Amino acid sequence: MSECAIKKVTEISGEEVKKISEWIDTKEYAEKNFAREALVINPAHACQPLGAQLAAYGFEGTLPFVHGSQGCASYYRSTFNRHFREPAPAVSDAMTEDGAVFGGQNNLFEGLENAYTLYKPKMTAIFTSCMPEVIGDDLNAYIKNAKQKELIPADHPTPYANTPSFSGTHIHGYDAMLKAILADLSAGKKAEGKCSGKLNLLPGFDGNVGNLREYKKILAALEIPYVLQADISDTMDSPLDGKYNPYPGGTRLEDAAEIVNAKATISLQKYSTLNTMKWVKAECSGSADVLPLPFGVKKTDQFILKLSELFDKPIPESLKAERGHAVDAMTDAHQYLHNKKFALFGDPDYLLGLVSFLLEMGARPYHILCSRASKKFTKEMQALIDESPYGKGCNIWTNKDLWHLRSLLATDPVDMLIGDTHGKFAARDTNTPHLRVGFPIIDRVNLHRSPIVGYSGAINLLTQIANKFLDIKDDTCEDRFFEMMR
Amino acid sequence: MAEKKLRQIAIYGKGGIGKSTTTQNTVAGLASIGKKILIIGCDPKADSTRLILHAKAQDTVMDKVRELGTVEDLELEDVMRTGYREIKCVESGGPEPGVGCAGRGVITAINFLEEEGAYTPDLDFVFYDVLGDVVCGGFAMPIRENKAQEIYIVVSGEMMAMYAANNIAKGILKYAATGSVRLAGLICNSRNTDCEAELIEALAKRLGTQMIHFVPRDNQVQRAELRRMTVIEYSPEHKQAEEYRQLAKKIFENKKFVIPTPLEMEDLEDLLMEFGIMEAEDESIVGVAESA
Repeated sequence: MSECAIKKVTEISGEEVKKISEWIDTKEYAEKNFAREALVINPAHACQPLGAQLAAYGFEGTLPFVHGSQGCASYYRSTFNRHFREPAPAVSDAMTEDGAVFGGQNNLFEGLENAYTLYKPKMTAIFTSCMPEVIGDDLNAYIKNAKQKELIPADHPTPYANTPSFSGTHIHGYDAMLKAILADLSAGKKAEGKCSGKLNLLPGFDGNVGNLREYKKILAALEIPYVLQADISDTMDSPLDGKYNPYPGGTRLEDAAEIVNAKATISLQKYSTLNTMKWVKAECSGSADVLPLPFGVKKTDQFILKLSELFDKPIPESLKAERGHAVDAMTDAHQYLHNKKFALFGDPDYLLGLVSFLLEMGARPYHILCSRASKKFTKEMQALIDESPYGKGCNIWTNKDLWHLRSLLATDPVDMLIGDTHGKFAARDTNTPHLRVGFPIIDRVNLHRSPIVGYSGAINLLTQIANKFLDIKDDTCEDRFFEMMR
Repeated sequence: MAEKKLRQIAIYGKGGIGKSTTTQNTVAGLASIGKKILIIGCDPKADSTRLILHAKAQDTVMDKVRELGTVEDLELEDVMRTGYREIKCVESGGPEPGVGCAGRGVITAINFLEEEGAYTPDLDFVFYDVLGDVVCGGFAMPIRENKAQEIYIVVSGEMMAMYAANNIAKGILKYAATGSVRLAGLICNSRNTDCEAELIEALAKRLGTQMIHFVPRDNQVQRAELRRMTVIEYSPEHKQAEEYRQLAKKIFENKKFVIPTPLEMEDLEDLLMEFGIMEAEDESIVGVAESA
């Protein structure tokens, strides 16, 4: 063999590699890491259009339409594929170099015409990737032109949202698209004195279809008529029966349109429905409330009591029994969670819910990391932590990424990390147990079907946490401590 | 009491034509008859509000965004200043010349103002003072639906200014087809060229609009600018101040809003030749060097 057969890419010795990997676990490195301004490493969020696409999936017969680049559209689709393990149909008008120079109107024209003809949607929900936002494409004008040219019928619903990937996160895109869809469908439907008698429930950006089914179960038990505004539970989890249906489930468009004449609207995620709720308050009849995600018993109580009060319904025995089971399960498991330290990362509403649940269990939320969080979120989180003695010493890290989180786990460790799949590298490097909660979960199966809201959700969550600790104990303890009973 | 209707107005025109000076003097004129006004400068140079604020340059939305690293923590009071006769001022700002995307800066700034509730119900007018030409989608942001509905183009009797005016009319035509944006008139900011008023009148007619006012050239404008003031504030009795008040009054009373009929290049050149601004082309000399 000649000597040029294999050339080493680097000459760094094994010793040097070991030295560096030890150094990046030090406090000295953590300080450098936290002084970092120029770049983001492994961000704890996705981009606006991804959120917009999930909102679109919540409605019957709706085709998500990406005005922008094809690669962007593939990213959203594959993320949903991997998380839900379901098909995630969407189209893109594939803007390229010439689109960037001349504007994307022709792409939108052809895209709309093709998509409408081929896929026969009941509604096309249009949102943007970065490129058309940078060049300033006027979606409103383009869509009107497409209808004037009769490329698609004038009465085909085409709500649109501007969702530049370079600002905000997936929750802002979700919010923008949801608002656009509801405003579009309900335009001109408001009738004085008319009341559908129904509740609009806005679940917000939630990748857990089990959670949506849990809400439905609670509402059915209370006998409250409702419309889940953006119901992805069947679109993103349709029964496997051998037939492919491109549009399973989703909120019926007629039902969605009645949002303006409802008796009440409740959002369970403040931060992922900020603008939608602003619109609801301005345009819709009935009451409008924003409640925290019902994680744990306290917040679930709050949700159910509010429902009972708004609709004047007694709390049914079935829910009372469920609550009792949850309290029982908490008591049984409480010793395994008590005083344990947790690090959490994710979306603002999820974090508030999880922290509330942990405090309830006597566990200690210790590092809370949220990328792109507002000052309002920090204040709200601080107030929540201050409510409980278990919140003492807790750190809120905003506008930080998962490489910061790695430094935190290395220098100021915790007993468990809670967050989506993206946390697994930091967890592995620092030998921290990692419970998958949030979006996306692409390395564990079926977790998105297991609710973590409501009383049964609380039982699920604490069961997962407690058993993870017990597994670790059995796997790692010395023989003399290996007990039959735990 | 009838509900106040907010009028949103955008001023376009070739770079250096005097858009910012004309806008601020006109706005001062409207303010002096008690109108409530917000000026939004949509130019990275950020010189649309200095005469109202008596300031060198106000902090722009983009300056603040650069400082904070995100638009999310920005508050309205960080970027809005109040000047002469309670005129509210915001500058969008933008990147350094040669980098980044100024058009996106305009989009970001206007979205921010909308979300933060800058368009309060007490306002009578919003004026957008927009950079030179409609060079990209970002600079057309002020004329998208539900934004400016009246466009005035500042122009003079110079050839390039008229080319630019015609180009802007083309931009407006694109948006007028789907939205309610209309061309409301040409403002002639005189450069003392020959037959200037007649020429601009003729151009206005061809574009289907009007020359709403002829602002004569007067050094009083520069004297006021040296003091970072509008003529209206610096010397309200001066005849130039009266010209701007006239323009303000005409804009206030204007009802002539049209979909423009931009000229083909050849027609525009014919018009310029008619007025002796441009000479007829002699194809036999094209490409022939002096020594040949």
